[in-house]
Amino acid sequence: MGRHLANIYRLGVKELWSLARDPMLTIFIVFSFTAAIYSSATAVPETLHKAPIAVIDNDVSPLSQRIIDAFFPPHFLTPKHVTPAEADAGMDAGRYTFALNIPPSLQRDVLAGRAAEVQLNVDATRMAQAFTGSGYIQQMIGDEVSTFANRYRASVEPPVDLAVRMRFNPNLTQAWFGSLMEIINNVTMLSIILTGAALIREREHGTIEHLLVMPVTPTEIMLAKVWSMGLVVLVAAAFSLTFVVRGALHVPIDGSVPLFLAGAALHLFATTSMGIFMATLARSMPQFGMLLVLVMLPLQMLSGGNTPRESMPQFAQNIMLAAPTTHFVELSQAILYRGAGFAVVWQPFLWLAVIGSVLFALSLMRFRKALSQMA
Amino acid sequence: MNEPAVRIEHVTLRYGKTVALKDVTQDVPAGLMVGLIGPDGVGKSSLLALVAGSRAVQQGKVWALGGDMASKKHRDAVCPRIAYMPQGLGKNLYPTLSVEENLQFFGHLFGHDAAERRRRIDALTRATGLDPFLARPAGKLSGGMKQKLGLCCALIHDPDLLILDEPTTGVDPLACAQFWDLINGIRKERPAMSVIVATAYMDEAQRFDWLIAMDDGAILATGAPDELLERTHTASLEEAFIALLPEAKKRGHMPVEITPLHADENAEIAIEAKDLTMRFGDFIAVDHVSFRIQRGEIFGFLGSNGCGKSTTMKMLTGLLPASDGKAWLFGHEVDPHDLDTRRRVGYMSQAFSLYGELTVRQNLVLHARLFHVPEADIPSRVNEMVERFDLASVFDTLPEKLPLGVRQRLSLAVAMVHKPELLILDEPTSGVDPIARDNFWRLLIALAREDRVTIFISTHFMNEAQRCDRMSLMHAGRVLVSDTPDAITQGRGAATLEEAFIAYLVDAGAGTHESTTGELAALGEPAHAGTNANAHPAQNRGFSLQRAFSYMWRETLELRRDPVRATLALVGSLLLLFVMGFGISMDVEDLRFAVLDLDRTTLSQNYELNIGGSRYFIEQPPITDYAQMDRRMRSGEISLALEIPPGFARDVSRGAPVQIGAWIDGSMPQRAETVRGYVLGLHQGWLLEQAQKQFGAGAHAPVSVETRFRYNPDVRSLPAMVPAVIPMLLMMMPAMLTALAVVREKELGSIINLYVTPVTRLEFLLGKQAPYVLLALLNFLLMTLLAVTLFGVPLKGSFPALFGAAVLYCLCATAFGLFVSTFTKSQIAALFFTMIGTMIPTIQFAGMLTPVSSLEGAGRVIGQIYPASHMLTITRGVFNKGLNFSDLYASFWPLALAFPVVIGVTAMLLKKQET
Repeated sequence: MGRHLANIYRLGVKELWSLARDPMLTIFIVFSFTAAIYSSATAVPETLHKAPIAVIDNDVSPLSQRIIDAFFPPHFLTPKHVTPAEADAGMDAGRYTFALNIPPSLQRDVLAGRAAEVQLNVDATRMAQAFTGSGYIQQMIGDEVSTFANRYRASVEPPVDLAVRMRFNPNLTQAWFGSLMEIINNVTMLSIILTGAALIREREHGTIEHLLVMPVTPTEIMLAKVWSMGLVVLVAAAFSLTFVVRGALHVPIDGSVPLFLAGAALHLFATTSMGIFMATLARSMPQFGMLLVLVMLPLQMLSGGNTPRESMPQFAQNIMLAAPTTHFVELSQAILYRGAGFAVVWQPFLWLAVIGSVLFALSLMRFRKALSQMA
Repeated sequence: MNEPAVRIEHVTLRYGKTVALKDVTQDVPAGLMVGLIGPDGVGKSSLLALVAGSRAVQQGKVWALGGDMASKKHRDAVCPRIAYMPQGLGKNLYPTLSVEENLQFFGHLFGHDAAERRRRIDALTRATGLDPFLARPAGKLSGGMKQKLGLCCALIHDPDLLILDEPTTGVDPLACAQFWDLINGIRKERPAMSVIVATAYMDEAQRFDWLIAMDDGAILATGAPDELLERTHTASLEEAFIALLPEAKKRGHMPVEITPLHADENAEIAIEAKDLTMRFGDFIAVDHVSFRIQRGEIFGFLGSNGCGKSTTMKMLTGLLPASDGKAWLFGHEVDPHDLDTRRRVGYMSQAFSLYGELTVRQNLVLHARLFHVPEADIPSRVNEMVERFDLASVFDTLPEKLPLGVRQRLSLAVAMVHKPELLILDEPTSGVDPIARDNFWRLLIALAREDRVTIFISTHFMNEAQRCDRMSLMHAGRVLVSDTPDAITQGRGAATLEEAFIAYLVDAGAGTHESTTGELAALGEPAHAGTNANAHPAQNRGFSLQRAFSYMWRETLELRRDPVRATLALVGSLLLLFVMGFGISMDVEDLRFAVLDLDRTTLSQNYELNIGGSRYFIEQPPITDYAQMDRRMRSGEISLALEIPPGFARDVSRGAPVQIGAWIDGSMPQRAETVRGYVLGLHQGWLLEQAQKQFGAGAHAPVSVETRFRYNPDVRSLPAMVPAVIPMLLMMMPAMLTALAVVREKELGSIINLYVTPVTRLEFLLGKQAPYVLLALLNFLLMTLLAVTLFGVPLKGSFPALFGAAVLYCLCATAFGLFVSTFTKSQIAALFFTMIGTMIPTIQFAGMLTPVSSLEGAGRVIGQIYPASHMLTITRGVFNKGLNFSDLYASFWPLALAFPVVIGVTAMLLKKQET
């Protein structure tokens, strides 16, 4: 047993040396956990930014002018006055996301207390802008008209106020979300790339053959790669959380970082095993690259980090239960954003442990088989 | 002497910091067979590549066939007269293409018509004995046959200068002999032809007319072989070469002396093999091999590449389980799981297999530890190895920075660090210069005789085999004979081991050793008969459809033979379409919410129903207290919590101000924003409803905004996203494939055909691009089908307009891949750059999520010119907006313009020479 552990330790140290002497990969790791985090935190614009809008003003009254003046940068571009035909053509060509049609008698109807209606055309193929923007515009018009009308008559609605408060991120700052999600994604991506590339490099250089004639077992070789590469990613993630996210980006982290790192370690156990599995399937670096794209994108996009899980179709949700990223994203969000403790997130921990063990066992089987074919 | 075939003046060539050629000046006489001799890495290949025009001249002048090879005009003019066969077995061939297809391809490139091609191919293949194998893929030929095919491809256009770079390395002696006979036959037919051959085998050089000995980027001596021997007073060229080396290198060199082995009938048997057999599918790599090796013996395996030497060794080490037969090491049957036997064996594999990232010291220590040398003994053991193998001066260096000879010593030191009783060495000396090789052998002999280490070694050098105590000749997986080298030679009554080997090979049915070059007469005939136009077809300087077509035809064949790539591209893009369709979803539905109702009246329940009844929210069991609310929000179970205060109904009916609390999970800002919109909207609706109940139907807000979501009335993500993802995938996948297609040629070496044949850059590019455009269009049709059927996104506009745009767009995407390939050298770099160059602009700048008009600065400029932006307008226009060509023609122009621009820039950047 002691001998096995010693071998695993030494082979792992060897992996660390190999990594340290590979400038490309080292730069890649440093970049992923510093500049990439920073840029994805700051580059994501607020959802409504310079939305292009056109106005068909049939009323040309103080009220209509008041509405038009309410749209200005940075949320909206300065509105363009157009004819109905121009508005249609502009929307078809994608020049405007919104076209506001103000009816001829708007001001008169509002002042007379008659039902007045403003028509808002939205290009619904632009989901993000369309959605947030139309809500915004409705509210803005409502407010403008109310203030205008309230000078002349009283409101009829009951005085029930809805006090909306955002928990965990009061101002909905995108950087809080973007930076942490990027760390979560990079943990997955790097651990797969590092272990996979380590194995493929070893095979391409013929050193794997060399290892196999030595008194070491495949399990030792694999465990050595798992612990060493996992450790590198874990340290990089901890560093990034402390210095980039908290330090440079000033994102407050509510939850316990050690608990998050414990979760990340479990996750790494699963993803490093996956990296080895993929490296045994791929016959060369380019094939590994192709495979990586095909595996990484679903893992990331359907994990619940990009889109809330509940808005995916049920079967996609079910399939993704088997993916480690789903549970890692769940526990990371709970811990880092909402300050959840272990009592709240024990379930994803359990899931990760099970998935990790299964993946490790599968990879080991596959690795043993692949080794006999590699030689 | 007439004008030299090649004249080299003050040529210096550098690769980064290393100098490959140092101020070389040399004339190469015409009409002769000129040998370029010297070990690997002395600059032979670099010199030949310069002469062939495949590598760009950096410094100095290279004249070949009467012109300056630095001039593009001259290169274009003479390339049909020069044939170049690069180093490496079948390096310029296409392994998945058959013999016939390879030859056809080269025939096309040199502009022969169908009848001419047929005649030449038949003549060449008959002469080389390849005619029975016309349909076999080049990758499945033996080493000797590959070289013959390479020669056929080189000779298809009747060259005046034939340049062969190590054509016989790793080829068995019979195939070698046949190869040289072939060359001699051709030279008889075409006496004016000059041949330059590089070789590392000194014995082979004996038969050349004139020799250039090279070392360390410089020329040591020139002259006919006999002249060189005379000048150095030596008996063999190998000795002559050593004598010619500068004093500093020779110092300490002693000839290898072989102490004979004391044959001992009762000696312990170190290795025994009985009927060892290895099958890979139908292919028998090793066929019933048996031998016994006693302790302290040096036993050699001699044979060509791929004859089963390495496989046999791997079976002995337990790396490969034998299909049949048995082997024993020290009397124990070989068992891959027996870790103890492994400790008694040292193995040095063919591929240099030390950790390049660890220093010499680290390598030695790591191996000592892995072999469980007791920790206390390690320093002394490492020192012992360092002394014995003379590694002290390089102790803290990385192996990659060491010369091959030193690395070989290090490899041996590593294999010896745990003091094994048996050493298995797989071609340890290939590529090592003669002096280093002799030193290496002295170490081996000392190990065997002094330390009684058994050594099992494979080689393809005859003079090394001569030094073994006993040896086996191997061919095609079988041992032809095992005995002492002298006994083998005498047994066949041959003068040299090589002759004996050839005799055994002929017996084994590997072919005959007789000249078949009579057939070649047919090849020369039309040229002699004055149809010179056919032999050297008029140079077509412009664009030749035939050459572009031949590249297209070849690429299509390769793509068809490698279904993995095409399938991966098609299946991959469908999978990604699926993932992205669901993954980039903005729909927020079925949100879980719960209420802390402190009022518990019909009105408060009415309010809850108002929220829970919408399609956006699903109500969860009510919240009982604040602590529970906190916990449930932290776990992410609910994304919205409502708190209705006590006395809510009472206050509403009185018209007193009252406040409902709404807590939204802000951890995903986008989702939180949407939830806020929903809740506010539902709240407003409820208020209006209440007002109408109170004041009658006449009550209304001062203004209502009627929102018309156009093109996608339900505001669902799928109809919006799927048409946006199609342009992205249609950019990424085809670009990757074309980038890889070119870079793969760079990695495998067949790019050399672009450098040395008359094909122009544009012909090369368009020819390679065409099959991928068709594949991309198929991809487009599949994705469209999937969008309409599985995703249920209706195609409302004109399909012909969409298809037309797709054609233009696929041209752009594949051209972009070609563009990436001009500046990337490895496949992985090409993949990486294509990903970055296609994904980021399409996702961020092309208007997929944020319209181009909302962007600022550089992003906006990229968005305006990037083809994906315009394609996106067209796909959304046709899919969602029901438009046709007349509505969208403004977006077609940029697409139509982008293709010629990108391909033009690519053609300009693509190099027609290696730099």
